[in-house]
This record gives sequence, structure tokens and C-alpha cells, in this order.
Amino acid sequence: MANIHELKYTYSLRMADNAWILSHRLSEWCSNGPFLEEDLALTNIALDLIGRAQAFYNYAAELEGKGRTADDLAYRRNERQYYNNLLVEMPNGNFADTIARQLYMSVYEYYFFMSLQNSKDETFAALAAKTLKEVKYHMAHAADWTVRLGDGTEESHEKMQQAINNLWMYTGELFEADETDTALIAQGLGVDNPSLHSLWETHIKNVLEEAKLSLPAANYMQTGGRKGVHTEHLGHMLGEMQYLQRAYPDAKW
Amino acid sequence: MVSTVHTRENILELLSQIADPEIPVVTIEEIGMLQDVRMTDNGCEVIITPTYTGCPAMGIIEADIKALLDKHGINATVKLVYQPAWTTDNITDAAKEKMKKYGIAPPVHSGCDVAHAEAHICCPQCGSSHTVQISRFGSTACKALYKCNDCKEPFEYFKCH
Repeated sequence: MANIHELKYTYSLRMADNAWILSHRLSEWCSNGPFLEEDLALTNIALDLIGRAQAFYNYAAELEGKGRTADDLAYRRNERQYYNNLLVEMPNGNFADTIARQLYMSVYEYYFFMSLQNSKDETFAALAAKTLKEVKYHMAHAADWTVRLGDGTEESHEKMQQAINNLWMYTGELFEADETDTALIAQGLGVDNPSLHSLWETHIKNVLEEAKLSLPAANYMQTGGRKGVHTEHLGHMLGEMQYLQRAYPDAKW
Repeated sequence: MVSTVHTRENILELLSQIADPEIPVVTIEEIGMLQDVRMTDNGCEVIITPTYTGCPAMGIIEADIKALLDKHGINATVKLVYQPAWTTDNITDAAKEKMKKYGIAPPVHSGCDVAHAEAHICCPQCGSSHTVQISRFGSTACKALYKCNDCKEPFEYFKCH
């Protein structure tokens, strides 16, 4: 059984990985957005996520106490050592794919951080309260676009529905609880993920209804991110993301 | 031997001159980022809080604080805290007025409902409330883009947080 520091380290690292990987994905939209304001919106969200990742990596590094820094954790691990949920590593695809990913993730984060702000761990609680304010903007942005595309033209409706369907299989994992979660929940430190499922699904259902889209039917759910078992997309992404630090270790601006 | 004795109050006063790198007309004190100064055995610890977690100005602010205090012979460390979370309520009225003159519409209240675009934000150029939101996100994390339907000028709004 891991001690409390190790459990909190793992937990902090997971939250940081989710923010970090999604932030990198969104940053890939920089200069490729459908128009200038949307380019700014996606990169603004990416920036919030980088800030969040840095805060949780710093805390993880402090809990680990082995002298590793936030940068070491972000850039010097291999694919199997990342513990982000599979959803956030999914490629940007078309704009609807990105929006569907944002909708699923930001609604999940909204309920997750709402709960984490009551954590008995002061740092988790403080970062959750701070994050929650930002997540509300991310969620409103994703919901707006889901409605605009879903209730838009025939083509935008079709693409949005397709994106909602394609990513559905990666949402089940968000509500799992493994030994780390269970141990932290028991001590009032972590979030009871399974209990968020129905809140999340109702919220998503309401947005989809407004967007004239349908909730995908229950089907097979892919899992593995929390164990470091990823889709083929993460490795390719890390290749680009880590290039500089791998090629020129300790390079600084 | 002449030595200046620095106190918490006099360090806070020194720090109150530091401008926000993104909105140089207001200081880090006026915007509510400067939280406290704690005296330590060999200098002081300056406590600051970020407006947004990813605010890129934090690194510059930290460097500005250290440089200024170093000039006064004070050894300083900077600590970033997230609790209590920063809110636009921390911005002083005087700073809001300066923002407006600078061309940024100041936040109208706090804890707003972000699900709906904030309406009737007064144009900092002509004062009209006949304005419309273009995007929730602007040139920095803390601002949204608006347009005035009367004077037709685009402007930035420091959004409630």
C-alpha cells in the first residue's frame, strides 16, 4: 500500500497530465483556427491548461521530493509513464472533433473540480477553486459551439454528431476509480469519480438536446490511460512535444 | 556604518510602484495580485497571486519584484499562492477608472454567469452601452472582445472572474 505522499503524488501527476496533454493538443490550433477570434479562444484555453499543469506538476514534484522539477515531469517521461485520460490525447481532427472533446472534458472537469475544492488537502482545494473559475469559460465556449454546429447547417450538424459519436467510447474512463482514487476518496482528499457520471451525462444530454443532436447509445468503453496504456496518438504527440528537451537537454530560453 | 532598516510597510510601499506588464497603467497592488510581504532572517518573502493560472505575466512580475528590491539592497524571494483565489473584486475602483481611460472596459461585478455573454458593457471610448460581445477570449486570458454599435470601435473588456 502506497503512503499518502505517494498517493497524492500520483493524483497530482494525473491531473497535471490531463491538463498538459490537452493543452498541447489545443496549442496545435495556433494559427490554424477557423478565424482569428477562435484561434485566440483555443490558445487562451490552452494557456489556462498550461498554468494548471504547471501548478499540479510543481506540487507533484514537491510531494515526490526527489529533486525533479515540473519541467522534468512534463518533458522527460516516456509514453507509458503518462497517466492522462485517453480522451485528451485524441487528435484535433476537424473543428467539430475538437469541440466535442472540449465539451466532454470541460463538463467533466467542471464537476470534478467543484468536488475537489472540498478536498482536505489544502493545495488540491486551492488549485481546484482557482481552476473551476477558468473551466466555466471553457465549458461555455464548448457548449456554445456544440449548439451552433449541431443546430447549424446540414453539414455542420452531421460533422458535430459524428464527432460526438466517435469520442463517446473515451468518456467511460473518466468515471473510473482505481486503488489510488479509492484510497484518497476514503480520506476526503480525492474526488469520487463514479458519483459524477450521472451529473455529467445529464449535463451533456441537455447541451446535445439544445443542439438538436442525439446522445450516443451505450457501447464499448476504451480504458487504459490511468495505467499508462495509451492510444497510438500519444507517442506521436510526445515525439513533437519533447523534441527540444530530448535533443538539447536543459535548453533554456 | 549607515544601514537602512526595511520594514514590511516600507517594502509594500516600494512594491506598490510595480506596474502590471499587460496593463501598464495599473500596478500589481491595485489589481490585487500583491498579497503580502513577510520579513525573513535574510530579507523578505513577497506573496503574490495570479489572476489566471496560466498568466504569462507572472514571470515578469517576479523578476520586476526581485530587481526592484535588489536595487534597495533587499534580498527577496517570491511565493505564488492560489488561496484565496484572485477575483476581479480585488481591483480597486481607482484602477478600474485608469483601465477605462486606457481603453479597457473594467469588470462590472464579480461572480458573473459566464454561460451568457455579459450585456450592456459600456464602451470605454464613447460610453455607449449599445455594445456586443465578439468573443469570450481576447488578447490576454483576463479579457474578452467587444464591439461598440454606436462608435463602431472594437474594445476589450476585463471580464469578471
